[in-house]
Amino acid sequence: MAEPSTLAIYRRLVAAQVRSQASYRASFALDLVSNVVFLGADLLAVLVVFYRVPVLGGFSLTDTLLVFGLSSLGFSLADLTVGNIDKMSRHVRTGLLDAVLIRPLGVLWQLLVLDVGVRRLGRVCSGVVVLVIAVRLAEVPVTPANLLLLVVTPLAGAVFFSAVFVATATVAFWWVDSGELTAALTYGGRDFTSYPMTVYGGWFRHLLAFGLGFGFVAYYPALVLLDRPDPLGGPAWLGWCGPLLAAVAAALAALVWRTGVRQYRSTGS
Amino acid sequence: MNVIEAHGLRKDFTVRVRKGLLRRESRAVAAVDGVDLTVRRGELLGYLGPNGAGKSTTLKMLTGVLHPSGGTVAVCGLTPVPQRIQLARRIGVVFGQRSQLWWDLPLGDSYELLRHIYRVPAAEHAARLRRCRDLLELDPFLDTPVRQLSLGQRMRGELTAALLHGPEVLFLDEPTIGLDVVSKQAVRGFLAELGATGDTTIVLTTHDLADIERLCRRIVVIDHGRVVHDGGIDALHARYGSQRRVVVDFDTAPAAVPTLPGVHLEATAGPRLTFTLDGTASVGALVSALSALGGLRDLAVTEPEIEEVIARLYRS
Repeated sequence: MAEPSTLAIYRRLVAAQVRSQASYRASFALDLVSNVVFLGADLLAVLVVFYRVPVLGGFSLTDTLLVFGLSSLGFSLADLTVGNIDKMSRHVRTGLLDAVLIRPLGVLWQLLVLDVGVRRLGRVCSGVVVLVIAVRLAEVPVTPANLLLLVVTPLAGAVFFSAVFVATATVAFWWVDSGELTAALTYGGRDFTSYPMTVYGGWFRHLLAFGLGFGFVAYYPALVLLDRPDPLGGPAWLGWCGPLLAAVAAALAALVWRTGVRQYRSTGS
Repeated sequence: MNVIEAHGLRKDFTVRVRKGLLRRESRAVAAVDGVDLTVRRGELLGYLGPNGAGKSTTLKMLTGVLHPSGGTVAVCGLTPVPQRIQLARRIGVVFGQRSQLWWDLPLGDSYELLRHIYRVPAAEHAARLRRCRDLLELDPFLDTPVRQLSLGQRMRGELTAALLHGPEVLFLDEPTIGLDVVSKQAVRGFLAELGATGDTTIVLTTHDLADIERLCRRIVVIDHGRVVHDGGIDALHARYGSQRRVVVDFDTAPAAVPTLPGVHLEATAGPRLTFTLDGTASVGALVSALSALGGLRDLAVTEPEIEEVIARLYRS
């Protein structure tokens, strides 16, 4: 009885948030539209690159679009649900965190639903459109395995990016001005994963793709979908590692978060 | 039965001080430094102190927001931080500076959301809301988005929000801050009534001394993180030498003035004499001694201003 109704409470809180944001009608509509435009601009950047060179790091435009689509859909899902956590330092300053701590619900979940960025829905929609177009253009064979991978990959990517959002935002507990770090790893991570790994050089690629795990968000799954061997020599099963990696990242982020809250409650800053 | 029990409660904050270009020194500062506090069920307690005395920090430790650095604390028999969620259902909190309401939604929507958050049965919720609507006159703005409410309306809304789950203890951090006179009176009247029922224990911090005079039979004063007074207002007056004044007018200036213990003649201006009385001295004794002189025309007793007492307390 207790568990499903907790979910119902959160559903109500999200609905309240949608009503709140929709109460500023013009601004809400404008935000929805502008978020579609933003994705268009990112897409344009990819197209411009391929206007100059036909092949980038061994990948054609259509192949790259698939990588881009997987990455941006995963990211925009995370941005929609968890992205506002980057205002953490403001919540600490304004005392919203205290208000949340005196309610009988989990702290992180409350902060997320109290601030869910409904206006970013536009980006998710256009992310889906880009991905569908990319799948058609790259002539990805429609097999059950591929369909499964196409669904699982953006979801795992969303969990992974969410973990990055939460972990970096938690730094606000120690260091109030941490917005830059969050942006570098989240938006930076999205840009990194939008292109095939082959375009990046040595140590940088190793650090981000394997050290931080960004390689599994879009690149390796895309190789499986395109049925191509990895030019960098990785085995094909790497494409299916996204969910595992996302689970590990989520666990680490939860640990960092708990430590952060404990720290806040013992230092009050 | 004690609803709040804190012993040797303390909270240290680390303050970093710049020393030169790169060197920084960390120093532990005690915001709350060994506070003992017991509050019985149904008490209405005023918790006072100058800015930075540790009032809010104490409240945060009692409500489970902050972890104490030392000492023990129990509220409703629960340990606030580890049992935060259980405790949250049994206490209500109003931070004067921080809203519990949904800024962009009509006030009534916030109450509906809180009903679900606290899992209050619909009938119970409706009954409590009705009572608050009547006493705090919420009806005219129940459908107004919270962001458009005046501060006074919002504070009435906040009080309601904190009470809808029927808390055993209500913590109020400066509930009348910034309110106009009418709103202050509405809030005070409501709290007085709530306190009178004896079901709800109320702990209130404030800088407004009228709040205290009107509401609190017991006050705890802290300064530099320590309790410097715990007791009734009368005890505070007695202890800090606050003095009542007796001003008497005679037909003609009396030849001799009676001397009584604890009574001092402060000023003589023709037929008017002004006496100051220490906390223990009796006005009655003075008045009967004066009327024995004959020719007493008029007499006035002025009670000491609590403001004066508190100011003296903070300075000492």
